[in-house]
Amino acid sequence: MAKPAKVLLNVPKIKADFPILQRKVRDRRLVYLDSAATSQKPKQVIDATSDYYARYNANVHRAIYELGEEATREYEGAREKIAEFIHAPSPNEIVFTKSTTESINVIAYGYGLKGNIGKDDEIVGTVMEHHSNHVPWHFVKDHKGAVLKYVDVTDEGTLRLEQYDSLLTKRTKIVTVALCSNVLGTINPVKEIAKRAHEVGAICVVDAAQAAPHMPLDVQSLDADFLAFSGHKMLGPTGIGILYGKPELLEETEPLLGGGEMIREVHLGSAKWNDVPFKFEGGTPNIAGAIGLGVAVDYLRDLGMDNVRAHEIEMTEYALKELGRIKGVTTYGPRDVKKRAGVVSFTIDGAHPHDIASILDVEGICIRSGHHCAQPLMERYGLPATARASFYIYNDFEDADALVKGIRKVQEVFA
Amino acid sequence: MAASMEMYQEQILDHYKHPRNKGSLPAAQFHGKDSNPLCGDEVTVHVLVDGPGRVAEARFEGQGCAISQASASMLTTLVRGMLLADARAMEKDAILNTLGIPLSAVRLKCALLSFHVLKKALGAPSGGN
Repeated sequence: MAKPAKVLLNVPKIKADFPILQRKVRDRRLVYLDSAATSQKPKQVIDATSDYYARYNANVHRAIYELGEEATREYEGAREKIAEFIHAPSPNEIVFTKSTTESINVIAYGYGLKGNIGKDDEIVGTVMEHHSNHVPWHFVKDHKGAVLKYVDVTDEGTLRLEQYDSLLTKRTKIVTVALCSNVLGTINPVKEIAKRAHEVGAICVVDAAQAAPHMPLDVQSLDADFLAFSGHKMLGPTGIGILYGKPELLEETEPLLGGGEMIREVHLGSAKWNDVPFKFEGGTPNIAGAIGLGVAVDYLRDLGMDNVRAHEIEMTEYALKELGRIKGVTTYGPRDVKKRAGVVSFTIDGAHPHDIASILDVEGICIRSGHHCAQPLMERYGLPATARASFYIYNDFEDADALVKGIRKVQEVFA
Repeated sequence: MAASMEMYQEQILDHYKHPRNKGSLPAAQFHGKDSNPLCGDEVTVHVLVDGPGRVAEARFEGQGCAISQASASMLTTLVRGMLLADARAMEKDAILNTLGIPLSAVRLKCALLSFHVLKKALGAPSGGN
């Protein structure tokens, strides 16, 4: 049975902040273990977005009247908070997008397709990337003749760095890597990866979708050239994402969306672009989303990202230990919890992950099943699918115990 | 539809654990293959038609969840002996009624994967989900 966790986070108090966690599913307590897909939202974030619509809804940047000024202040205030959150030197290095996917596409399009990537230039990815960090680079291969290379993984689920070294050449222009795997939970040594990329003159693009919500993030210490993440996985609303870039690289990058907001002047047949970061924010942005994300960042900062990380290490260690005790259950990813995040992929002998998810659903437990948008990784391990439980600040040992109980039920059904 | 353990009735589990008509069928004239993009599960269906135009045998290959596998097992059983024209005209309710379990929208795709593959193999329209 669960023993109480060391008090790193006050989980009961946190749970009380999340209205959805008060609801029941089929008369059962909701056990939400799918935060790697999207996190739940605290009432502070929900209130902040509805407050914008209820009290100061106006378009940003151009309105002369009071509402517009308030909206602009809050929107730009969110940009500042996010810059601080990831230790970016300036809010001007923070671009609002709709998602991690869009952020990576902006780089692939504006720096790759329209930029200085040419035929036979090399882009190095890894086999553990999410589809959103694969497919945009396929475009660059298909349209510019760039060559894609991939860092392999070890059987335990870490990147083969010695092989990475052998992939780097004078032609390497971009290295792109997830800071944290959405399937294995592996935290990749991005600082080292970026350093080696820089040594051959390449830039390093970091997919931080699974990292930003769960651990302290410092773009300067990582020396990341571009870094992408989403609001909705870190307590924020859906439809808001972040692209961080070094100022000189953002200057070089062509915008993806042409339209209002992103221009300085427009003439018939030509236009001059606005300054970074606004040149990337064509069209009315997701104002409520940005403001909500700013409040999500406040919430996480108040908890302390070191505490968030420590809590997840504890959760992961407990879950891996408990799942490891069940015969017929296999877990994936690094054994050392210091090298992984709170994402636990597993399989059960004789039960397909879809069936695992269906049976757990009956118990009110939300997990994910399938290929997790990482088909190349699944192929690498010869797995058609896995089940995945992921933990966040509102999960406790009781949630992990519910998972264990649910898994035993699956085993009964498929015995 | 709400999730329920009714999905895992004895009959479904029996077909999942002991699939009928599983394997290749080199003599078959009709072959079809497709996957469920949601989960990557892949099913191949082979259909052997005899002289008078009846389905002499149907087999399936591939792996997937209990619902998709039980459905493929039941479907290949269901079409055996059927006139090719009838198999081509078969409605999806035929297999859904045979399964006889409540299915959510997502799991409906699992249940109908082999049906769509069969229709594709026979060159017949299968309609949507």
